[in-house]
Amino acid sequence: MARDLTVVVLSGKGGAGKTLVSVNLAVTAGASAYIDCDVEEPNGFLYLTPEAVTKKTVFTTVPVVDAVRCDGCGLCARSCAFHALAVIDRKILVFGDVCHSCGLCTALCPRQALTERDREIGSVYEGKHGRMTCLSGEMNVGESSGMPIVRVLLGQKRSGLVFIDSPPGSGCLVQETLRKADACLLVAEPSLFGAHDLALVHELAKKMGKPCMVVLNKTMEGANPSEQYAKEHGLRIIGRIPYEKRLARLSGDGLLVAENPTYRRIFLDVLEHLLKEACNA
Amino acid sequence: MPEVLVLSGKGGTGKTTVAGSLIALVAAKAYADCDVDAPNLKLIVGSFAKEYDETSFGMGKAVIDGALCTKCGKCREVCRFDAIVEGNPYRVDGMACEGCTYCAHVCPVGAVSMRPSVTGTCQLFIRGDERFSTAELALGSGNTGKLVTEVKRHLKERAPKGKGLVILDGSPGIGCPVIASLSGVDFVLMVAEPSVSGISDLKRVVADASQMRVPMAVVINKQDVNIRMSAGIEAFCQAERIPFLGAVPYDATAVEAANCGRTLVSYDCPAATAIRTICKRMIQLLEEMERQ
Repeated sequence: MARDLTVVVLSGKGGAGKTLVSVNLAVTAGASAYIDCDVEEPNGFLYLTPEAVTKKTVFTTVPVVDAVRCDGCGLCARSCAFHALAVIDRKILVFGDVCHSCGLCTALCPRQALTERDREIGSVYEGKHGRMTCLSGEMNVGESSGMPIVRVLLGQKRSGLVFIDSPPGSGCLVQETLRKADACLLVAEPSLFGAHDLALVHELAKKMGKPCMVVLNKTMEGANPSEQYAKEHGLRIIGRIPYEKRLARLSGDGLLVAENPTYRRIFLDVLEHLLKEACNA
Repeated sequence: MPEVLVLSGKGGTGKTTVAGSLIALVAAKAYADCDVDAPNLKLIVGSFAKEYDETSFGMGKAVIDGALCTKCGKCREVCRFDAIVEGNPYRVDGMACEGCTYCAHVCPVGAVSMRPSVTGTCQLFIRGDERFSTAELALGSGNTGKLVTEVKRHLKERAPKGKGLVILDGSPGIGCPVIASLSGVDFVLMVAEPSVSGISDLKRVVADASQMRVPMAVVINKQDVNIRMSAGIEAFCQAERIPFLGAVPYDATAVEAANCGRTLVSYDCPAATAIRTICKRMIQLLEEMERQ
């Protein structure tokens, strides 16, 4: 791949087919990179089953109080915007799960009674599928924010063709992936739910100045509100994946449908259109 | 009033279809959409009058006064969120800023101040004695967990007192909005999808709910799309001793219902029949739990 291009695959609605589209496009492209940023529910590796996988633990930091130095003045607790510290009986309590690891309390403490220690919140996995580089992040169960994991996943600058599998919704993790996008590929289902959520992420991508194109997934006979939305808003539709029970079953089994001769053509076409559109953008 | 939350881990398994059906079947008087990232329940619960809108504010965001900024770079040095953009003057990337105030503390000329940021708008709807609480996340806002908590608070304040189930439609994932939606509920109905992703995601959200000690049960949607994976989900439930309340077949009527703005159980179709049975079993299970 001569050109560097980072494509963020997103949908707003869950289950629209982000992972289906991104893993199969990455496989079709060959020497590409695939990064699963849905760290709450990562699924890309279930399909890619990469080899030579290495694991890196992701940490954030939380403050630790040196009870000897601390005089219980409470400046840290009063200054914490996240209410991650409290003073009770001139003793400091730390609530690690709401701490954002900003470092302010440690810096402010007049008696240098606070230090930071690492707290594990998840992992980043990296492996190979053929010539593809595959990355996936996984947030530990019970954690509330996967943001530091997404930052590790996207921290390294990558050349060539990169597919980022975004989480559902339109919240902070989705925005973080969008920051890296050269182009957005919006995957939409043929339902009012699909169209409603397509509009949400389209608005968000527009606000962030990112060019967008659409793949219609699970298309069938009858009205397609997502297609209608795309047409009304000048969004280029670069592919259609029909709803077929066989495709749903194969994919449900964890197979890469792009490696199946029946479906390979669909992803080749989408990839071709995607690269052409991205060059024009 | 017992609160029932519908979750799934994976998106698109049919949470909203199931939640909408439960609302209709139990004639719920109070319900909410906790998927503030992509709220869809309002599309199928029919027309309501809006009682009120309330703007919800989240963490403050730093703002740099360009006239005061001396471009010393101290703010950028301490910011761990990559939110300070170098330039003349320096500015704050509002989407990246988490509101910690560190920059405001270190600015030697007091050029940084904190401004409240809008998380979204809570909306409370009314129809007879029914109350429906939902929200719209402001474009580019984070803090989804906080908005979910607000949606639940509005419902609690405005819901009619008395018996009957409160139904909450949840969001995909296991992170802050899900944890906020789980907090304080009496029961979770997990809607699982028979695929490798569906099973993997179900296990993670089950672990999340278990950590928070919320009782739960599982149903499978689109069961016949992958019989083998469906059997896997049932085996998982048995091994984990999670009540399994039944399976809903794939039914194109579900899409039609959603596209007509109706609940699935307003149709006579195989999926609707299955959901009616599941609803009866869920009520029995809740009654058994109450007796214990």
